[in-house]
Amino acid sequence: MAKNSLISGSIWDEYSNQVVNRMNNPKHQGEITEERAAELGAKLIVADFGAESCGDAVRLYWAVNEETDVILESKFKSFGCGTAIASSDVMAELCIGKKVDEAVKITNIDVEFALRDNANTPAVPPQKMHCSVMAYDVIKKAAAEYKGVDMESFETEVIVCECARVSLGTIREVIRINDLTTVEQITDYTKAGAFCKSCIRPGGHEEKDIYLVDILADVRAEMAEEKMKSAADASAAGTLSFEKMTLVQRIKAIDSVLDSDIRPMLVMDGGNMEIIDIKENLPHFDLYIRYLGSCSGCSSGSSGTLYAIESVLQQKIDENIRVLPI
Amino acid sequence: MEVYLDNNATTVVDPKVYEEMKPFFCDIYGNPNSLHKFGSGTHPKMVEALNFLYAGINAADEDDVIITANATESNNTVIKGIWIDKILNGDKKHIITSEVEHPAITATCKFLESQGVAVTYLPVNEDGVLEASLVRDFIKEDTALVTIMWANNETGKIFPIKEIGAICKEFGVPFHTDATQAIGKVTVDVQDCNVDYLSFSAHKFHGPKGVGGLYIRKGFGLTPLLHGGEQMGGLRAGTVDVASMVGMGWAMKLATSTMAIAYEKNHVSKLRDKLENAILELPETVVIGGKDNRTPNTTLISFRGVEGESMLWDLNQNGIGASTGSACASEDLEANPVMNAFGSDSELAHTGVRFSLSRFNTEEQIDYAINVIKNAVTRLRGISSSYAYTPSCHKSSL
Repeated sequence: MAKNSLISGSIWDEYSNQVVNRMNNPKHQGEITEERAAELGAKLIVADFGAESCGDAVRLYWAVNEETDVILESKFKSFGCGTAIASSDVMAELCIGKKVDEAVKITNIDVEFALRDNANTPAVPPQKMHCSVMAYDVIKKAAAEYKGVDMESFETEVIVCECARVSLGTIREVIRINDLTTVEQITDYTKAGAFCKSCIRPGGHEEKDIYLVDILADVRAEMAEEKMKSAADASAAGTLSFEKMTLVQRIKAIDSVLDSDIRPMLVMDGGNMEIIDIKENLPHFDLYIRYLGSCSGCSSGSSGTLYAIESVLQQKIDENIRVLPI
Repeated sequence: MEVYLDNNATTVVDPKVYEEMKPFFCDIYGNPNSLHKFGSGTHPKMVEALNFLYAGINAADEDDVIITANATESNNTVIKGIWIDKILNGDKKHIITSEVEHPAITATCKFLESQGVAVTYLPVNEDGVLEASLVRDFIKEDTALVTIMWANNETGKIFPIKEIGAICKEFGVPFHTDATQAIGKVTVDVQDCNVDYLSFSAHKFHGPKGVGGLYIRKGFGLTPLLHGGEQMGGLRAGTVDVASMVGMGWAMKLATSTMAIAYEKNHVSKLRDKLENAILELPETVVIGGKDNRTPNTTLISFRGVEGESMLWDLNQNGIGASTGSACASEDLEANPVMNAFGSDSELAHTGVRFSLSRFNTEEQIDYAINVIKNAVTRLRGISSSYAYTPSCHKSSL
């Protein structure tokens, strides 16, 4: 990829012949008038999507047989670049002869695929993929108009990357299952963000409601929280190994053994002890302690008492714990 | 027919320039720093080139004109040099520039912002021109540099460099101008305009690509961008590309002579005006920023209802090269800051096409281009949704 990205290629050179031909001679460019619709005994549907101020606008005309819901004629008008015009042309063509409910299922990916010269070579370079998205959106708009429903009702899931049609659910799932930590990984796994890149982070070509960086941050935060929670649950249930505990859990575990097994004896002699630190010195865990009261200065603190503390902790918590008085 | 109308992007190398460059590949190939005659043999033509470069912008002998790889390097040298010398190692904190500079300025300033430098981006007025009084409004005690382009690459609009230079001088702030789009099109005189630093690029005035220059007024030396050998008086290390330097010198001479500037003014502008007026006969076309005070070779025209890239497509299919800053056409899909900065009708933001001519264009080419452009506009408006029929049953949301 590095070598191929050093010289910015002409994006037009990557167009398929179909894109070129349809840009030069769009077959379905035009309008359907009310007279023409009446002639066909059909209902005229006109749908607009996009705006010139955003760089892309398309108008779709359908003549629909109201008894069969079949789209008899389909034409378009487009303000946009070559890819937008070629995509609109294929989109209009794909609609012809289909029932409205079938037409709604046409996606921008179908449109792009139909523009390919052969199945394995994309019809347009990645940064032009988004130009086909509008062709998909305008179909939904037309169908919504025909059925008298809201356009959003055709969208059953939240689409984050419109170019590759990757849903929020899919992205959240791959982050979890594969333990992904970067946006680049999300793109590798799902193709989301591989095309116009608008969905990666704010500031791209198009403004989005939700970006990959935010989804990643949210899911990672959720995962971290869940991990902590499950560790806490396991710790509470006593099933968590010392090695897997957080520092706080380790201190609590040790303190609780000290309270039940060690301190009562020390207190009887007018002494006590405190935890200073726990350091991982794998495979060992070094527990630094300090004696308090009459224990400090007691010679047994470095021999008998020390061995007693260590062996209780090794028995009850982890055999790799070493106790070091300071 | 092939017609190149994208001369603000780059230009054809003048055949005379090419002739002058030829000996420096296989015959006079020594390193100019070598003591032997292979090295010193390069010197006469390098001196000649320097003379042409100094004369072209009216630099004084005690000033420096250093050879760089391009105007981008020249711009970086100034901005980052000022940052190191006046901000990191001095008590200045602030840089003034405009909203419509080339990315070589804007991206460098954005980088400095990320490093904690305060940058003011001055807006242009509805004609696309920066008003000099704005510089006076924003210049401060701690301003380290004012950097404003001489002429805009998209519109050709010429900025009030002399007035800005005078304001900077009054406040004792160094003044840099990116004159990439001005050299060879209008008279560029660093003395007359109080310019302290000036960047230019050979390939915009019929010289080779890969070589540019930076004028530095005496007393305004900066920490170099490239450290290394003692070339260019230590201001820019790296073995000088002699062929390119000689080419740039000759290109400068050919582009900035009194006759050349007069030719731009009288002939190139006449062709530009012919093209522009013919296009303006079409309905709903407009010159972005208006016709006043532009470089003689440039026109940025908006064709309502025609998306810029689709226009370029049709032109290209007919052998014509032009340009658009509209979002769709660029690799990274960035919107065009110039079209945005004008705050013109937002419907027109994606309809701008820039035609930039040179002294190598002919009237025959322009006649051909006019014909192609008219046909393209007719075809694309035929497809365009903004010229589409709206039936009475439909409420247009366009």
